[in-house]
Amino acid sequence: MSAADKPEETRADEKTLDADAKVDLDAVFEASRIQEVFDQLDHDLVGLKPVKTRIREIAALLLVDHVRRQFDLASDSPTLHMCFTGNPGTGKTTVAERMADILHKLDYIREGHLVSVTRDDLVGQYIGHTAPKTKEVIKRAMGGVLFIDEAYYLYRPENERDYGQESIEILLQVMENNRDDLVVILAGYKDRMDRFFESNPGFRSRIAHHIDFPDYRADELESIGELMMNEENYHFSDDARQAFSEYIERRMRQPHFANARSIRNALDRMRLRQAKRLFEARGSITKSDLITIQADDVRASRVFDEPVDGEAGA
Amino acid sequence: MRITQGTFSFLPDLTDEQIKKQVKYCLDNGWAVSLEYTDDPHPRNTYWEMYGQPMFDLRDPAGLMMDLEECRKTYPKHYIRVTAFDSTHQWETPRLSFIVNRPPEEPGFRLKRQEQEGRKVRYTIDSYASDQPEGQRY
Repeated sequence: MSAADKPEETRADEKTLDADAKVDLDAVFEASRIQEVFDQLDHDLVGLKPVKTRIREIAALLLVDHVRRQFDLASDSPTLHMCFTGNPGTGKTTVAERMADILHKLDYIREGHLVSVTRDDLVGQYIGHTAPKTKEVIKRAMGGVLFIDEAYYLYRPENERDYGQESIEILLQVMENNRDDLVVILAGYKDRMDRFFESNPGFRSRIAHHIDFPDYRADELESIGELMMNEENYHFSDDARQAFSEYIERRMRQPHFANARSIRNALDRMRLRQAKRLFEARGSITKSDLITIQADDVRASRVFDEPVDGEAGA
Repeated sequence: MRITQGTFSFLPDLTDEQIKKQVKYCLDNGWAVSLEYTDDPHPRNTYWEMYGQPMFDLRDPAGLMMDLEECRKTYPKHYIRVTAFDSTHQWETPRLSFIVNRPPEEPGFRLKRQEQEGRKVRYTIDSYASDQPEGQRY
């Protein structure tokens, strides 16, 4: 059976080294192929400095731990449960998806899949429904990352008979006992997450990494928009780029601004207007017409009509 | 008398570590694992009770081990087996199953002879354990 020769490999790999032996950290780093992940991260995710720093720290810790084990230096495997807080559209979900991949490459989790759930997937409708439901989700996430979006909905203080509490207790127990089997990542808006932790202090202490996602700056949003456009095989004409950066300036000062999510929505509307413009012009079009967003497509937005402190969001 | 059945019937009981590896093998093949238990050791007792649901979207054996722990706590003296079900078209059948828990003492079987016309004799076996009602055996 193919599974039989696997443990041999790892055992040979992890034989104890002498106290004065030297380990080439560069080689270990190289072998983990983690640089690829970092490069990908830098390329795909604009800004997010504190997040990237923390990911690098975690990667370093896991690599050093790996080397320490080669010297037979005992240390508990670190807890890597995390909490992502930040405003809407700051990339919490995107980073969580990457996290599963990174931790898998670092050999911390065995499978590297992400199970993304919300309150509905964990909490049941009637007595006795919650525990099996939560356990089902946990079983599915074993060996990977369990991502709980908007985790504060699990706890409803206004209803003391809410089944969310039961789900929280099971989660806490698993986070403690099955540390080697799964990583739990909670995500949500900062203030509500803080309130959630206040009423569930056990949760806060079991999570080692509280990572705050900062809002994007205007120039970062611009490169994000640019990146999204390229992914969809569109690009801005020079005028349109200028208009787009003006758009961002204005949009940021309007209410209901959701960072990268607002940018994505804006881009979708620009594509809509571009399609309409092409369609109404009739006649023959070229490939470059199809991929170019013109300044008019951007400037037709309501954002330019409204005063910057206007009431409604675009 | 030690009951054996299933894929590894010729081997001593598997350790948890070995169970994990076998389950991993099943999952890598895309089979859905599930737990079944019974306290009727008769070899023709094919349909055991299911513990929980079949784990169709499991990726890692740790999930099954968690359920197995619970099942062992609930039925410490029952037979428990892991079954791996292959849902591929035209297989649609258990591909592998093995015992993961057994009672500490297995009293074995009584041989029954039924005399018939002429000097014919019919033989059948009957577990001493199943003299007791269900749930009180072992």
